[in-house]
Amino acid sequence: MADATTTEVKPAPPAIEKIKVKVDGREVEVPKLTPDWQGKLAPTTMLQACDIAKKDVPHYCYHPKLPVAGNCRMCLVEFGTPALGPDRKPVMNPDGTPKIAKSPRPAIGCATPISPGMEIYTSTPGVKQMREGVLESLLINHPLDCPICDQAGECKLQEYSVDYGQSASRFVEAKVHKPKAVDLGPRIMLDAERCILCTRCIRFTKDVAGDDALGIVNRGSYNTIATFPGLPFDNNYTLNTVDICPVGALTSKDFRFQMRVWFLKETKSVCTSCATGCNVLISSREEKIYRYTPRDNDAVNGPWMCDAGRLNYKWIQREDRLKDVLVGQASSLPVSKSGQAGSLPHYKSSWTAALSEIAEKLKQAPAGSVAIVVSACQTNEELWLISKLKAKLGAISDSVERTGDADKLLVSADKNPNTNGARLTGICFSEMGINLPKIADGIASGKIKSLIVFGEDVTKHGISAELLGKLDTLIVSDILPNATTAAAHYVLPGCAHAEKRGSFTNTKGRVQKFMQAVQPPGDARAEWDFLHDLVYNVTGKNGFLTIEGLFNEMAKDVPAFNGLTWASLSDTGVTVKI
Amino acid sequence: MSFSVPANLEAEIDELITHYPVKRSASLMLLHALQEHFGHISPEATQWVAKKLGLQPINVHELVTFYPMFRQSAPGKHQIKVCRTLSCALGGSHKLHEHFCTKLGLDPHAHGLQTTKDGKFSVEFVECLAGCGMAPVMMCNEDFFEGVSEKKADEILGGCK
Ligand code: SF4
Ligand code: SF4
Ligand code: FES
Ligand code: FES
Repeated sequence: MADATTTEVKPAPPAIEKIKVKVDGREVEVPKLTPDWQGKLAPTTMLQACDIAKKDVPHYCYHPKLPVAGNCRMCLVEFGTPALGPDRKPVMNPDGTPKIAKSPRPAIGCATPISPGMEIYTSTPGVKQMREGVLESLLINHPLDCPICDQAGECKLQEYSVDYGQSASRFVEAKVHKPKAVDLGPRIMLDAERCILCTRCIRFTKDVAGDDALGIVNRGSYNTIATFPGLPFDNNYTLNTVDICPVGALTSKDFRFQMRVWFLKETKSVCTSCATGCNVLISSREEKIYRYTPRDNDAVNGPWMCDAGRLNYKWIQREDRLKDVLVGQASSLPVSKSGQAGSLPHYKSSWTAALSEIAEKLKQAPAGSVAIVVSACQTNEELWLISKLKAKLGAISDSVERTGDADKLLVSADKNPNTNGARLTGICFSEMGINLPKIADGIASGKIKSLIVFGEDVTKHGISAELLGKLDTLIVSDILPNATTAAAHYVLPGCAHAEKRGSFTNTKGRVQKFMQAVQPPGDARAEWDFLHDLVYNVTGKNGFLTIEGLFNEMAKDVPAFNGLTWASLSDTGVTVKI
Repeated sequence: MSFSVPANLEAEIDELITHYPVKRSASLMLLHALQEHFGHISPEATQWVAKKLGLQPINVHELVTFYPMFRQSAPGKHQIKVCRTLSCALGGSHKLHEHFCTKLGLDPHAHGLQTTKDGKFSVEFVECLAGCGMAPVMMCNEDFFEGVSEKKADEILGGCK
């Protein structure tokens, strides 16, 4: 996408000098400097050069987004540098190539900077022996409880053991026993026997989360990760330590013993708990969601996400989900004005019947008699389809603001995942919610006779159940039942983001798409999917039956999205001007 | 909280801190000073040190648990320290340690410092007390004993009032 407004606003990349090194005999050109864990340029290390050369160097303590600790020694490699003669000039081989002085000692790849002409050897018998040695030492006191360990299947200790491990242990002495199932904090369990003391968790919570809560207590083989007694490990980012713990020492209380990881299907998605829109993987099996884990995206969340967002998925599979298309009795019977405002008796209907009834009603609605309230939790595509309906009906519309606390790391004060989508599609104004009182007044005065609500309980936002009782037609789509769905003439069961595809525009204007992880319950249908039918029925304009087509059509129509295509969003999104 | 540091000790500690370019470097000296005064480092003392030095309690707790010389609970009135480094180990310090333990009703195989229920005695192994030529060597509080036989050990215990 060449359009200037749709590409990431980046500072001009500083020209970084490249230097040539050899990795296992193959020459590669690598930048002299590489962004460190904070994004500051620092000398490129041997490990990073090997990465560029596509040579795997096993490592435990190194993590690209944490300060380097160099404590596990798993990344040891051998290397050499061009030999210099007494005249400080390079010594040449008879064939004219520079003579390499091989270092007598290995060095850790994660903390040793490269230099021009350096040769790195990652697959010599010596390196293999060192890896075997490090691994054997790490396993000395390891309980080897993989069969009951949650990490099994995504454990670096297991993986490297396959590559460098011994088939039998030579260790005949008694293993040191350390605390197991330690309650480290409200969301984290520690098995100290599995810990390899790489200090990733300590560095993360101190340097990234800014909560210096963890440390290593005791000495020698009794070393144990711990908090200060009585001070639980409890910040909003603790679960990231479970992700970065290379072994099964730190486990999530929520996910512990729930499912073997190799059974899980991973779906690329986005967190909906705030406007930051952290990229996530939804892990599911047989239509059940088991966990969210962060998905790397340096333009949004890096490799992290907050605990609150990560654990906010249980509602999706709640028992009381709206599963049926419901029609309130009042739509076929005269409204009983004397009846208690609030609840209507509902009977089960079908999509075809309900949608065509709704379309008929809307077609007949005089201009100005319809109001629309759409949640900024709906996708860009859905908001856009509703904006088409709004234009056709000359309706007044708005969204509902949702705010909370922000923090310095990721969490945004705006708790709607798609505030910018609602603004850019014209559903609301920059000040969200200013139309809500007008809508309430319109209903009270009898000017507004029909109300369309998507994903909000308007009774909590100034449009009381009494007012709803005055409407001729109340069309509500939602996921969970609430006072507004109870009063609706038509209840259209919608989908959580995990059950559909679509895109959100985050707080910085990054348009990010997400995929479907699980099937919606019962008759529930993706809102964009039935909205497409409805909009077609009402406006007579055909839309697109696929999300790709719909997105591309929207991108042509909404100025901010001009030039975007579904495909161009790739997995990590595109930033637009907001 | 009942934990409070007397003003003169606090003044001494404040002065100690000035010896170091970085406050954190004074951690060990502060712990020594507090242990000398209180006999052990309680969790409250750890928190006090952390606060004094602008650290998190875990940072200080790491030190307290790392160094065996810091006690996390009150030791006995008489602290028996048996050397277990090479010369003394060869000279029978393990037997000596076991002798004390059985005499005092403690577990000879337990790790670390043990204190009798009445709080009168503590027994522990320590590293070289620099009396290697006269193994086995031990200390009872600040008193130093060389070539300690079981008989001598009983006398030492007997002398503890
Ligand atoms: S708990 Fe995990 S991350 Fe923390 S030091 Fe141990 S192995 Fe490393
Ligand atoms: S910061 Fe916001 S988007 Fe990111 S995980 Fe938390 S709630 Fe979700
Ligand atoms: S990864 Fe280099 S020492 Fe751990
Ligand atoms: S070995 Fe016991 S005093 Fe030195």
